[in-house]
Amino acid sequence: MADAEFDLIVIGGGPGGYVAAIRAAQLGMKTALVEREHLGGICLNWGCIPTKALLRSSEVWHLMQNLGDFGMSADNIKFDIGAVVSRSRGVAKQLSGGIGHLLKKNKVTVVNGAGKLDGAGKVVVDGDKTMTAKNVIVATGARARLLPGLEADGDRVWTYREAMVPKVMPKSLLVVGSGAIGVEFASFYNDLGADVTVVEIMDRVLPVEDAEISAMARKSFEKQGMRILTEAKVAELERGKSGVKATVETKDGVETIEAEYVIMAVGIIGNTEDVGLDTTKVEVDRGHIKTNEWNETAEPGVYAIGDVTGPPWLAHKASHEGVICVEKIAGLDGLHPMDKSKIPGCTYARPQVASVGMTEAAAKDAGYEIKVGKFPFMGNGKAIALGDPEGMVKTVFDAKTGELLGAHMIGAEVTELIQGYVVAQTLETTEAELIHTIFPHPTLSEMMHESVLDAYGRAIHF
Amino acid sequence: MATNILMPALSPTMTDGKLARWLVKVGDSVRSGDVIAEIETDKATMEVEAVDEGQVAQLLVDEGAEGVAVNAVIAVLASDGEDVGDVEATTTAAPAPTPAEDAAPAPAAKQDHGDVKATPLAKRIADQSGVSLSGVSGSGPGGKIMKADVLGASGGIAPPAVAVDKGDRVFASPLARRMAAENDLPIEKVPGTGPNGRIIKADIERVLKEGLPAEAREATKADAPKAAASTGSTDDYELIPHTSMRKTIARRLTESKQQVPHFYLTVDCEIDELLRVRKEINARAPEGIKVSVNDFVIKAIAAALRRVPDANSSWTEEGIRRFNMVDVSAAVAIPGGLITPVVRDADKKGLAAISADMQDLAKRARDGKLKPDEYSGGTISVSNLGMFGIKQFDAVINPPQGAILAVGAGEQRPVVKDGQLAIATVMSCTISCDHRVVDGALGAELLQAFKNVIEFPAAMLL
Repeated sequence: MADAEFDLIVIGGGPGGYVAAIRAAQLGMKTALVEREHLGGICLNWGCIPTKALLRSSEVWHLMQNLGDFGMSADNIKFDIGAVVSRSRGVAKQLSGGIGHLLKKNKVTVVNGAGKLDGAGKVVVDGDKTMTAKNVIVATGARARLLPGLEADGDRVWTYREAMVPKVMPKSLLVVGSGAIGVEFASFYNDLGADVTVVEIMDRVLPVEDAEISAMARKSFEKQGMRILTEAKVAELERGKSGVKATVETKDGVETIEAEYVIMAVGIIGNTEDVGLDTTKVEVDRGHIKTNEWNETAEPGVYAIGDVTGPPWLAHKASHEGVICVEKIAGLDGLHPMDKSKIPGCTYARPQVASVGMTEAAAKDAGYEIKVGKFPFMGNGKAIALGDPEGMVKTVFDAKTGELLGAHMIGAEVTELIQGYVVAQTLETTEAELIHTIFPHPTLSEMMHESVLDAYGRAIHF
Repeated sequence: MATNILMPALSPTMTDGKLARWLVKVGDSVRSGDVIAEIETDKATMEVEAVDEGQVAQLLVDEGAEGVAVNAVIAVLASDGEDVGDVEATTTAAPAPTPAEDAAPAPAAKQDHGDVKATPLAKRIADQSGVSLSGVSGSGPGGKIMKADVLGASGGIAPPAVAVDKGDRVFASPLARRMAAENDLPIEKVPGTGPNGRIIKADIERVLKEGLPAEAREATKADAPKAAASTGSTDDYELIPHTSMRKTIARRLTESKQQVPHFYLTVDCEIDELLRVRKEINARAPEGIKVSVNDFVIKAIAAALRRVPDANSSWTEEGIRRFNMVDVSAAVAIPGGLITPVVRDADKKGLAAISADMQDLAKRARDGKLKPDEYSGGTISVSNLGMFGIKQFDAVINPPQGAILAVGAGEQRPVVKDGQLAIATVMSCTISCDHRVVDGALGAELLQAFKNVIEFPAAMLL
């Protein structure tokens, strides 16, 4: 059956899989995409996008609480959590439909169902429909990691999935884990008025970020009324009718925390089961498929991209891997494997956090002699005009070559700023080109300029 | 009013030069036409004449200064009555014009074009390349002289610097450039693997680890002393700094061997008849005329090109330039290098005229007194090492020419004639051809025509 023969089959329609499929079709491959639930994957349906919609609502609410700062007042302001959630769902739905359209436009065959490898080059969908292809990309994504005894139940103990569609507004909330997911939900519910406690096993929140940024984030969250426990571990959850009682071990002793709801955000684990990997030589290590720098697995003709291959668990990392993987299959010239040191990361809490490359500590550990520049939001006209004078832009340079090793930002809209540094890194600019770049005034981006200037002892406005 | 004396452009492609010697000192009076300085370009020493009258107020460039930009102020003349001590340069550093189309004309070369109809651009190019428009036929509306006409008239041999610059441009990231500079790596030799071959950090790191590719190393040998320059001479060797001629030879011939696809054809020419004719001519020639074998060679190759006009060509990106004139460059060894003065219209000149040209050109070449237009613009080169007893050799094409003829010694060799062993004076000649313009059969045709003329010198009379 000719309809079941393809050049490439992609299993999983998330930001890794659907981008890979479209790129493959652009390169002239006959491509099929197998998706078991909905196009766009977690990112679009249960992750990046709907949470951004929620956080926009909580941001607006926060501004309304502080109208006086802007010379305004309003009475009787309210929100309806059900309407907030339904806006978020509507945004996800709209975009998911868009992906279907893009795939159709690019003549990618979309097959609804659970795809499973049956040896290399063969994919069985829902156990009955068999398709073949020279190459198969596994892009099945990941799901929330659960700790033994602390499993989510969908009732009082949530994962991101339930946390995204609350039926009622929680009065109190315990968030376990302070990575991007935990911190974003903590910020959302805190801004809407819940009593939020965050428990983190490491010694700081947002542990992958630069230590100085982590410290500023913590200070800001605490100022907003969050309670944050670091170097703390939830040992036990006692689930009751109206809430949960958590036993938390801290370095100062054991503490009991009561909350209506708990969100478990302690990392994610790859969807490696039920993909038929056991029919191939593909190797799985601690919940993730092992690949080389070209996303090749141990089985020739089978590739894996995105969350299923391990951290960083980021949609844009998955998409980029998908493109490189497909271009490699197509034999394009001049390819380079993805440079993991140039993957930006963004957290959309209030304040926002964005970064790319090495932290100051990582650069020192790697043996670099570094120059560090910092510029505070307080010194920036636009930040003050916006009413957001808290934050910082920090840059780390290799003192020897002037290479921008890393950039770390916290404050309003920094998630929209970081790509300026990512472009600079990708073009391999040195401090000289950044210093000679003209930044528009008045913008938050001027702080990016000043931070570079500061690294070389030349900051103008601070 | 004080007058600035500017560094003149002695050739269309000259961007800077060495001020070899001052022939005046502060306080000297000069008149228009007086020689005030000697400038060393990449090929010759040139005299700078004063255009205006006055008293030398300041010499702004030291004797022996290298890299003096064209149009930089090198001296200031005070006009009559002005106090020499009060005079200052009115412009300290006029920007050196790039020899591009839109460059300002070098004042020294400004010509009076009278009533000649020409476009402004054509006039400017004529000024810069020292071409007199009166001798140029125009192809524009109403016989107007266009840019292309001037370029054609200047032999088209000195390509506009724009094109050269384009070829020399190295695409590399700023970081790669800095790392190359810090490690004394010739960045143009580093193979780039970035987008469109851009040289990126990873390429520099690879070369630092693995070294340059073999062919690049070969080409870098000429530059090797540069790396040693920092240490200077040692007990093991003496470091001889590059003269501008040495740099030019290194650059142009490296470029030729790297970019021009050479192939070689060799033919044995019997020259007994030529030697007899030469003896006869010299016996009857007027006082002072002594025709050499090389003069015959120049005449013969010119006659051959006239018969095989397709070989009288040069490669350009836009198309093959097939020349209407036959100008033969003859390599002359001079102290510290070599130079190739041009015998213009060698096909139209008699042996006596060629001989007179060569004697004059060779003498002035050895004295370093050739003008740029006397050593640029040939359509083919001849290199003769016969006087050293060299039997046969392959010469490197002198770009942008399409061919070079390497002439060996005329020596008595056994030859077979009509089944009998005989003795003949045989001269082996090898032509190196640029395969982009001269294919094998065409080159062979040219060499055959050459052989016919050189073996039967009476054919030169045709």
